[in-house]
Amino acid sequence: MTRVVVVGAGPAGLSAAATALGAGARVTLIEAAEQPGGQYHRAPVAEFGAGRPEALQHGWRDFAARRDFVLSHPRCRFLPDTSVWALEDPDAAAPAGRPTGPTTGPTTGLVADPGRRRTDRPTHLDVAAPHDPTGPGSTAVRVPVVHVLTGPADGAGRRRQAIEADALVLAVGAHDTMLPFPGWELPGVVTAGAAQALVKGERVAIGDAVVVAGTGPFLLPVAATLLGAGSTLRQVLEANRPGRLAAGWGSRPWQLAGQAGKLPELAEYAATLARHRVPVLLGRTVVAARGDGRVEEVVTARLRPDWSVLPGTERTVAVDAVCVGHGFTPQLELPVAAGCALRTEPDGRSFVAVDADLRTSRPGVYAVGELTGIAGAPAARAEGALAGWLAAGGPDRPAVRALRRRVAAGRRFAARLAAAHPIGAAWPGWLRDDTVVCRCEEVCVGALREAADQDPRVSKLGTRAGMGPCQARICGPTVAALRSFEAARRPDDGARGASPYHRPLAQPIRLGELAASAEPDAEPPEPVPDKENP
Amino acid sequence: MTPRLIRADQDVLGRNDRPVTITVDGEPVTGVAGQSIAGVLLAAGRTAWRYGRTGAGRGVFCGIGVCFDCLVTVDGVPDVRACRRRARDGDTVTTQTRVPSDVDTVTTQARVPSDVDGER
Repeated sequence: MTRVVVVGAGPAGLSAAATALGAGARVTLIEAAEQPGGQYHRAPVAEFGAGRPEALQHGWRDFAARRDFVLSHPRCRFLPDTSVWALEDPDAAAPAGRPTGPTTGPTTGLVADPGRRRTDRPTHLDVAAPHDPTGPGSTAVRVPVVHVLTGPADGAGRRRQAIEADALVLAVGAHDTMLPFPGWELPGVVTAGAAQALVKGERVAIGDAVVVAGTGPFLLPVAATLLGAGSTLRQVLEANRPGRLAAGWGSRPWQLAGQAGKLPELAEYAATLARHRVPVLLGRTVVAARGDGRVEEVVTARLRPDWSVLPGTERTVAVDAVCVGHGFTPQLELPVAAGCALRTEPDGRSFVAVDADLRTSRPGVYAVGELTGIAGAPAARAEGALAGWLAAGGPDRPAVRALRRRVAAGRRFAARLAAAHPIGAAWPGWLRDDTVVCRCEEVCVGALREAADQDPRVSKLGTRAGMGPCQARICGPTVAALRSFEAARRPDDGARGASPYHRPLAQPIRLGELAASAEPDAEPPEPVPDKENP
Repeated sequence: MTPRLIRADQDVLGRNDRPVTITVDGEPVTGVAGQSIAGVLLAAGRTAWRYGRTGAGRGVFCGIGVCFDCLVTVDGVPDVRACRRRARDGDTVTTQTRVPSDVDTVTTQARVPSDVDGER
């Protein structure tokens, strides 16, 4: 029986688990949160005693049915509160005198600072095999072993396990991209996703007088959610101008047919904003936040198509919170750790390279959802469903071909989204020398500009940008963009160079947890006990 | 004015709240059972609880466990993401600081080499 491990239980991962179960596989579904849903279906936990948990959700009935099918399935093991901290290549030779462990695992220094040795490439990246025509049943190249920690987030003494699989479906999603601006480190300045998550999961409104700014359709649900929480929306600002939005969204509208559900949903948000008379301004954004110890006002400005500021258009708006999102950044550390090749969009953004069946360059490893491109929940569900079925060795059927068409439609939707809501290349013009870029280490623009001519590694060590607890998740792509803005554009060497996504430890693990021996997989894949395993 | 909890009697979710009480730097703070530590702190009107080297305050930024801005110490274990850790009754939360003159920072660094923030 094929063992499929799915990482992430959002729309993509849950669909993957459902179809993998349908195809007869044994499924382990790993989720960092306490319950499935991901960001899209984030809901208060059961302790809130919500009588109508569906009130804030779109497509809740379908989601709940899929969730119940997966979680109650006898062949499914659901691991909530579980973080994947490393992927280990089972075919990589262990160095002499060292027990087999994660490829770039717990050797000296790495635990305290995984970022320092990011140039230490996992060996399997250099021997990345071509697509495996025999599918996941092949034993030629084994899929990575999944190392997990189960227990309260960032706790000490979580349960450590190593899970083996025949196929791995990565569905870990994305987080908000947020470009820095002066004052963005002030409390009260949050990502659009944070504002959404706080309302949906915590029932907390981040502020009473709020500006939502950035680019992309996600700003609309965030604004609508805040209205529902009783906040006053001072303004919603889309940085791209009407011409750009029309060019991206307006042409070839029949291509949008595959995204049924997404467009009515967006129209509903727009109607909500209109009903509350929220000013929605195009071609304008927040270029600075000010306040004493927390945000008290923002400076907005008109932007040219390249996002340079039109002088004289600056306006001040009093706020107690500002929510900003400039699209999404896929969480690439696990795909990179698995040895999956990345692809780079013309605008410089990286995603996992997949074929029409969501296979990555690493045999037996699939990537779905926002990892492959930003296209929203319907596309993520289609990708998950296709990958889960194929990962389980499911046969080709008309339904599978229909899924392929939905996946292809999702690709076109992602391309449109990217075309309509690009990040203008001139955004670094907002920055001042004293603007924080690396939030963890409080590294400012001035220091990075001075180091722009240095080798990236030298610059990193000198400025410490990207070396704090977030391990460059927030500032990595920004620092790279700033460097190319300051210096001549360097050729992109993808995952092989100093990739901002290479994190040998995908999540923090404490030394005590590392020292404790891993428990054997709680559900042995074979009925015969493994006598070799202590 | 500040972040606030949506009142249960106005909540479309039809909440049935139970309180959860934690201590933050010794002071009791009550939230709603099911909230994260960040949710409890925000609902209590706090926006900043971690201080960087320059003394600048930080609280929630990404809200989903990516930015590590909201780190707190829980029951003596440092560097816990407040936005991801469910608040439990009796949790002893201590705020963290990296202001160099702060003695607590030095002892924290010396005590916990495995902490994710411990690469100085």
